[in-house]
Amino acid sequence: MLKGYRKYFFNKLGWFLVTLVFAFILNFILPRLMPGDPVAAIVARMAQGMSDATGVRAIYQQYTELFGTNKPMVEQFFIYMRNVLRGDFGYSISMYPRTVADAIKSSIGWTIALQFPAIITGWLIGNTLGALAAYLKKGFDKVLMPISIFASNFPAFGMAVILMVIFGVTLEWFPTSGGYGFDLIPRFDWRFIWSVITHYQLPFWSIVLVSIGGQAIGMRSMAIYELNADYVKYARFMGIKDRKIIGYVFRNAMLPQITGLAMALGTMAGGALVAEIVFSYPGIGYTLLNGVMGQDYPLISASTLMITIMVLIANFTIEILYGFIDPRIKAVQAD
Amino acid sequence: MKHTLQQVFRSGKFIFGFSILVAILLIVIIYPLVIPDPPLAIIAQGTFFEPGIYVNVYDSIIAPKYTLNLEGAAAKRIASRLNSDDRLAMKEWLVAVGIPEDEIDIEDTALLLELWETHFDPKTQIAGMTNARRNYYIRLNASLEGLLATEAAIIAVKNPTTGALEEKSVVAQSDFVNANKVANVRLLPLGTDNFGRDVLTELIAAARVSLQIGFVAGIIATSIGLTLGLLAGYIGGIVDDIIMFFTNLFTVIPGLVLLILISFSIGQERRGATTIAIVIGLTSWYWTTRAVRAQVISLRNRDHVNLSKLSGHSIVHIILNDILPYIASYVVMAMILQISSAILAEAGLSILGLGPRTTEVPTLGLMMNWAMIYYAHTLGKWWAYIPVLVTIALITFSMNLMNTGLDQVFNPALRD
Repeated sequence: MLKGYRKYFFNKLGWFLVTLVFAFILNFILPRLMPGDPVAAIVARMAQGMSDATGVRAIYQQYTELFGTNKPMVEQFFIYMRNVLRGDFGYSISMYPRTVADAIKSSIGWTIALQFPAIITGWLIGNTLGALAAYLKKGFDKVLMPISIFASNFPAFGMAVILMVIFGVTLEWFPTSGGYGFDLIPRFDWRFIWSVITHYQLPFWSIVLVSIGGQAIGMRSMAIYELNADYVKYARFMGIKDRKIIGYVFRNAMLPQITGLAMALGTMAGGALVAEIVFSYPGIGYTLLNGVMGQDYPLISASTLMITIMVLIANFTIEILYGFIDPRIKAVQAD
Repeated sequence: MKHTLQQVFRSGKFIFGFSILVAILLIVIIYPLVIPDPPLAIIAQGTFFEPGIYVNVYDSIIAPKYTLNLEGAAAKRIASRLNSDDRLAMKEWLVAVGIPEDEIDIEDTALLLELWETHFDPKTQIAGMTNARRNYYIRLNASLEGLLATEAAIIAVKNPTTGALEEKSVVAQSDFVNANKVANVRLLPLGTDNFGRDVLTELIAAARVSLQIGFVAGIIATSIGLTLGLLAGYIGGIVDDIIMFFTNLFTVIPGLVLLILISFSIGQERRGATTIAIVIGLTSWYWTTRAVRAQVISLRNRDHVNLSKLSGHSIVHIILNDILPYIASYVVMAMILQISSAILAEAGLSILGLGPRTTEVPTLGLMMNWAMIYYAHTLGKWWAYIPVLVTIALITFSMNLMNTGLDQVFNPALRD
């Protein structure tokens, strides 16, 4: 049995590495696919309004060096890869003389602490509601379904804005922006921790609310499908207790939902980034926005790479856990 | 075909979603025919004018006057200039300078004003009062002047030669104009935005462009997804492996990341609505590929397909006649979802400042972006963003409702 799981694990690990390399290549190649000299284009955009010719030339040189545009494409790729592996993403344009690595380092913790708990909470609540809707039917289903459809189609930033206006601006229960009070210095005391907790609420719940709807709809369909399956009818004929059958049904319905979560992570991360932007939460999403606003290419490139890597790691983790939960995987791999 | 359509239009959810979508489409098509104003014309000087009917002041002076003796007109006039907060503040001042609290009645305007006029002195120092508060009282005092006046106001015109003011007409407090007789009255149902543009006209143009982006992106994504899904599912083998490799790859890599990278690389100048639509279409085909492939694989070994193969039909013929009709409903459903998610993708991209360039056409995402940049949400200017959100939600909601309806028609297990 364990041998079967090991095979599954290495299969997934291999797939993870391939995707990682590919994502890295895409991150490298997309800006270069555009016609013209990418460095010249980037510098031209960055140097808008700069009158200092030496400054422009210095930027140009730094980027020619970072990307190595005067060398063949393959060599460029290895230079870029070597720099990235060393954690060298160059200097940020909009926050000079801060390095991109530093900006990423200070924001990545916020993003991880916000997004993963929020997405998982949303997933759990959504699945519970979906399962209840499938089982209870009638009134609960009639009310929950339209709300779920509406909520899952409501744009992520819309949910964030509405929560902010209601609970932040009108009721003034929670602060509307930032990760902690603007008058505080990060340190370990109650005032700071309390400030972080209150700032955490609105972005957290806006991500949770957005992810509930879609999960509830998916779980409801799966559970209804399973409830009508032959084995349920058979079990009923056998006189097995309802409670026990329900246990099996929801376990079976859960499995595709876990794969669904793995596949939807990319989309969900996108929505969660937007929530960060609306609340000016100091995570990667907000850093990315600053990059776009400041025409800061190194920052954008590094942020997108980080987001992709985080999603890939999360995805990999879910699939590894899935192998433990679903007995069929071990069975199939062992054959 | 006819039977299928009949069935589809018997689904309550589908009809509801379909009617919302048709209503939006009709508004988007008809409104510009009735009101052909350019959507991005700047009409207002200043930001965020409230929704309402704007009556030209100059024209209403010239317009014929009617005398209406309405009860409570004076009270309303005073109330509009002296709200309850101001009354409380006046009481606070009077108490602070030593008037007994029971002598002050903030509801009795005449009495309150009389007390105020006798006791207010801007030079009085009150302990603990900030300078800002003192300035507020000075402004309040200035605005109270002539509050209880009953005389008519005089409209005067400057004599061009002498420069002296000459009386032109007199406006009594009971004078009214009929809004229909005023030459210039402009209805702004949703006010103006941060640039001073009519929000309603802009919103309808934006909805049109966003729908166009959605349809173009949806059609591109569906055709790529369908083609690849058919190839992967029907041919199988190495073709299937290659296509599935890329499909799995793009499923895992966040779509927004690809969109951001591509949009930024294209650059502001070349980023039109069509370009954005094409980019969104090119980065969202893989869901359709996955769904179509799964369907085709389950169909591939059905008897009628095998029969067709034995009869020597070409692959194209088999796909078109023996496979496509069976998956048509899935493809339509996938396309509806693609369209609605493309509209959301455009909005997400625009929020980041990577949407279509801003000078020619508005999109729903851009309107949201502008409102956010100018802090409409924290300033309480709801008309600049709530209608946009509602429009986006209505479009995507109607499409998903249609999709759920279709799902229930074609997938009997899900029926109630």
